[in-house]
Amino acid sequence: MIYFDNAASGWPKPPEVLQAMADFMERVGANPGRSGHRLAVEAARIVYAAREGLAKLFGASDPLRIVFGLNATEALNLALAGLLMPGDHVITSSMEHNSVMRPLRALEAKGVAVSVVHCSPEGVLDPRAIEAEIRPTTRLIALIHASNVVGTLMPVAEVGRIARHYGLLLLVDAAQTAGACPIDVEADAIDLLAFTGHKALLGPQGTGGLYIGPRVGTADLHPLLRGGTGSRSEEEQQPDFLPDRYESGTLNGVGLAGLAAGARYLLRVGVATVRAHEMALTRQLLAGLERIPGVVVYGTRDAARQTATVSFNVEGMDPSEVGMRLDEEFEVMCRVGLHCSPGAHRTIGTYPTGTVRWGLGYLNTAAEVDAALNALETIVRRR
Amino acid sequence: MGSEPMAVVLFPNTQTAVRAEQLCRAEGIQAKLIPTPRHLSSTCGLAVRIPGTEGERVRRLLEGARIPHGEICEL
Repeated sequence: MIYFDNAASGWPKPPEVLQAMADFMERVGANPGRSGHRLAVEAARIVYAAREGLAKLFGASDPLRIVFGLNATEALNLALAGLLMPGDHVITSSMEHNSVMRPLRALEAKGVAVSVVHCSPEGVLDPRAIEAEIRPTTRLIALIHASNVVGTLMPVAEVGRIARHYGLLLLVDAAQTAGACPIDVEADAIDLLAFTGHKALLGPQGTGGLYIGPRVGTADLHPLLRGGTGSRSEEEQQPDFLPDRYESGTLNGVGLAGLAAGARYLLRVGVATVRAHEMALTRQLLAGLERIPGVVVYGTRDAARQTATVSFNVEGMDPSEVGMRLDEEFEVMCRVGLHCSPGAHRTIGTYPTGTVRWGLGYLNTAAEVDAALNALETIVRRR
Repeated sequence: MGSEPMAVVLFPNTQTAVRAEQLCRAEGIQAKLIPTPRHLSSTCGLAVRIPGTEGERVRRLLEGARIPHGEICEL
């Protein structure tokens, strides 16, 4: 069995992630933010360890600027709906996932102006095109860190410099990159970083969150939910401090125990090592795909300019048929279609058919890449 | 040790208290998370107990790291 669907959800997880979750359920189990007894304190320490690990991975000096939620989608909704008011202008790219585009289209209907900067057919963004869209009412630039369709990396640091120069905020969607590519929120001038726990961060589904930088005032970022936080219990107003303002209700303690273990694993291995391994696999995969006649590869086709996510099509075959045969005949698992990103597929010219997407992860091997390429070659030959 | 005077630092929330405890321990200060004594604050959650002689050092440490905190109360 070959799992090439890490861009949708990372699997398998390192054994220590499973162990940390089992340990939380067996030994801890209490509410991480409410009571003061020893099990509650232990749960609070575990949640803090997740914050601290992620802060280290993202180059953030204050772990309390990491707020937890369900996933990257919730974090992106918090950032966009919490920040943007009617009359504000936001700039984004044509490569965004629906987790950015759908909230933005809903905000547009309420009077937020949205500019979508077009990217090249390889998914490449020219930062000057962002700069050209800036208006007096521009408040935010919202940018995917790497395309979930073709893996193309966006020039986040350059856009960060532009954002700072014009006094704008920068929101980065790191669903595809957190844990897989080096991220430094302070060096790259990222004000808001949305991440998911269950992909390259190696944690479980149902974990994710938002880094909120010091340039974002809590008064300017409205919470999505309000409720119990275990703090200021005498008040019926939502707290104004981090992380409580954005963490109402009991957190996913067991999930965050797993995410903390995933972060520890990555800090031990090093994100640079993860990136180097994934680049080597991507280079091998791209070279192998180019050798199969009738296979069309999308994106930069340059491992250094993309994540380990590769999209392709087979001439004369529907992507869903390729995906089904890979699964049924060769036990190669991947995702086909539009990948929740119609704009990205329009940009690369594959709308509405979509592509076959192989999303590789750190735990994949060169032998798996060879085996999957052989499987694909057999399907192409028999078509 | 049992007769040594102790002090308690109050925090707005649990996660800040955990952060402060770790920072103190990294500096060799005997800090311990405890439930917030109800006579000191109506806030539920955690406080950090420290040796009474370390109050000033802890205050400087927290301010240096910009960790929001309440009073440091002697017990």
